[in-house]
Amino acid sequence: MITTTGLTKVYRSRGREVTALDGVDLHVREGEVYGVVGQSGAGKSTLIRCVNLLERPSSGTVTVAGQDLTALAGRGPRAGVELRRARSRIGMVFQHFNLLSSRTVQANIELPLEILGVSGKERSRKALELLDLVGLADKAKAYPGQLSGGQKQRVGIARALAGDPKVLLSDESTSALDPETTRSILQLLRDLNRQLGLTVLLITHEMDVVKTICDSAALMKGGRVVESGTVAELLATPGSELAAELFPVGGEPSGPDRTVVDVTFHGEAATQPVISQLSRTYNVDISILGAAMDTVGGRQIGRMRIELPGRFEENVVPIGFLREQGLQVDVADVSTPAPAAAALKESAK
Amino acid sequence: MTWTEMQPLLRDACLDTLFMVWWSTVYAVVGGLPLGILLVLTDRGALLQNVVVNKVLGAVVNLGRSLPFIILLVWLIPFSRLLIGTSIGPSAAVVALTIGAIPFFARLVETAVREVDHGLVEAVQSMGGSTWTVVLKVLLPQALPSLVAGLTTTVIALIGYSAMAGAVGGGGLGNLAITYGYMRHETGLMNTTIVLLIVIVTLVQLAGDLVVRSLSRRGGRQAAPVGLRRLRRRAATAPVAAQPVPVLAEPAEAAETP
Repeated sequence: MITTTGLTKVYRSRGREVTALDGVDLHVREGEVYGVVGQSGAGKSTLIRCVNLLERPSSGTVTVAGQDLTALAGRGPRAGVELRRARSRIGMVFQHFNLLSSRTVQANIELPLEILGVSGKERSRKALELLDLVGLADKAKAYPGQLSGGQKQRVGIARALAGDPKVLLSDESTSALDPETTRSILQLLRDLNRQLGLTVLLITHEMDVVKTICDSAALMKGGRVVESGTVAELLATPGSELAAELFPVGGEPSGPDRTVVDVTFHGEAATQPVISQLSRTYNVDISILGAAMDTVGGRQIGRMRIELPGRFEENVVPIGFLREQGLQVDVADVSTPAPAAAALKESAK
Repeated sequence: MTWTEMQPLLRDACLDTLFMVWWSTVYAVVGGLPLGILLVLTDRGALLQNVVVNKVLGAVVNLGRSLPFIILLVWLIPFSRLLIGTSIGPSAAVVALTIGAIPFFARLVETAVREVDHGLVEAVQSMGGSTWTVVLKVLLPQALPSLVAGLTTTVIALIGYSAMAGAVGGGGLGNLAITYGYMRHETGLMNTTIVLLIVIVTLVQLAGDLVVRSLSRRGGRQAAPVGLRRLRRRAATAPVAAQPVPVLAEPAEAAETP
């Protein structure tokens, strides 16, 4: 639904060049919720602004719903008619809501319809219908200044949906909200995604957002996408940074000569009592050092850090058992308190 | 000089001043509003980025702003004669007042429009809005309270300038104050003129503040111009007064009895 290839954005100011995007290839499938995460300055915001060409990419292409937007853009800084038409079919939600304080809630939602040239009666019908959809039917005549943050964002979402878009871009839409409101807004986005078949591309710096509603995710660093895929794929990728961030596990081994392994549960294996099976079958004492479990898309997904007695060599068989169960097992690279290992590290430096 | 002698003079002068201020305000808005908006739009990184146009417009505005009005007035005498056939009288003064007020108002418009949150512009662009849509649906409505405040300032500046126009035969209250008050030592007339000017300026400021206030209130913003509290309270209590009186009276009586 959304594809970017080799997207690059270089800012020039006072002779210096800053590369905000460095060859970003992104592929968002139709009907999924795709989250782009990264720290401030990673280029997420520039990326989402390039998708509807609020920012002109320096090079690369953006295709939304089969339409090459970069080809429509023309050369000048002004957006031509075709690009504006294409933009009206892409909804966008903002961190700071960006509602016009001089207009009522209803008039705010009617604004995109005014731009599309919809008649007055049709506009107000559509606006009221959308307000109902986002659960604010009683606020039509209120001004944005009279609403809470969560309500403002609901208006923002209703406004973004006014042009019947197939794609919704969300630029940190929950970052200015408290945790509870964040949950309700994410739930709304999820519902809209399911009910309307809306494709959602969202950027966020909160891993919880990805965990709560995303089907797929990408991690950005220094203007590049360093990891991407469905949440299940990411979890299945050994050493995935995003998976580790989504399901952070910590914990130090309790002594020397222990084997620490990170076990990732997803799919069928997550429902099996594998740890107790392992303990009974091989008669080993297992301690759990840390765990992060969650239900993503109705399935149990998570990671657990467990400690087995003895060195790795002695635990090959139990680890093999876990792998046979369809779990992904990574031997954790934790600095063992053994003095030999520390000395080895020192000499390596 | 008696009041009956003064009355017709004052009335005519007042009308002349209002004529000059009204028309120069109208032209200042017609000229200054687009100019101020263009200054914002052509700026670096803005919607119609055009460095050359921006610099030229900026220079023209600065030129207009840097000339003292009294000099502009004299300098524009040939231009007024060319434009309307005369260089004296209120109509001729309107030409100079307009030329003086356009850059003044344009700068105020520029400041007001620049304060509009860029996020709103971006939002409208993301809906497929054109530059024209951005100006009409975002910049002007959102900046409206500041624009009205700027207009009030401009009108008051024009009242001051129009008095100066009197010095070169422009007519109006300024003319009256100079010809009768200064040259003929009619202190009474001079003082009356001053009082009249104060009243006009105060009324304009009050009206402007009221409009600004009612415009910003709907946005839920707290913009309270000073000096209006009493006026507002009176306005607010007048219609409400009928109802709460008996309700208020009861507890008052109850408190008194023991």
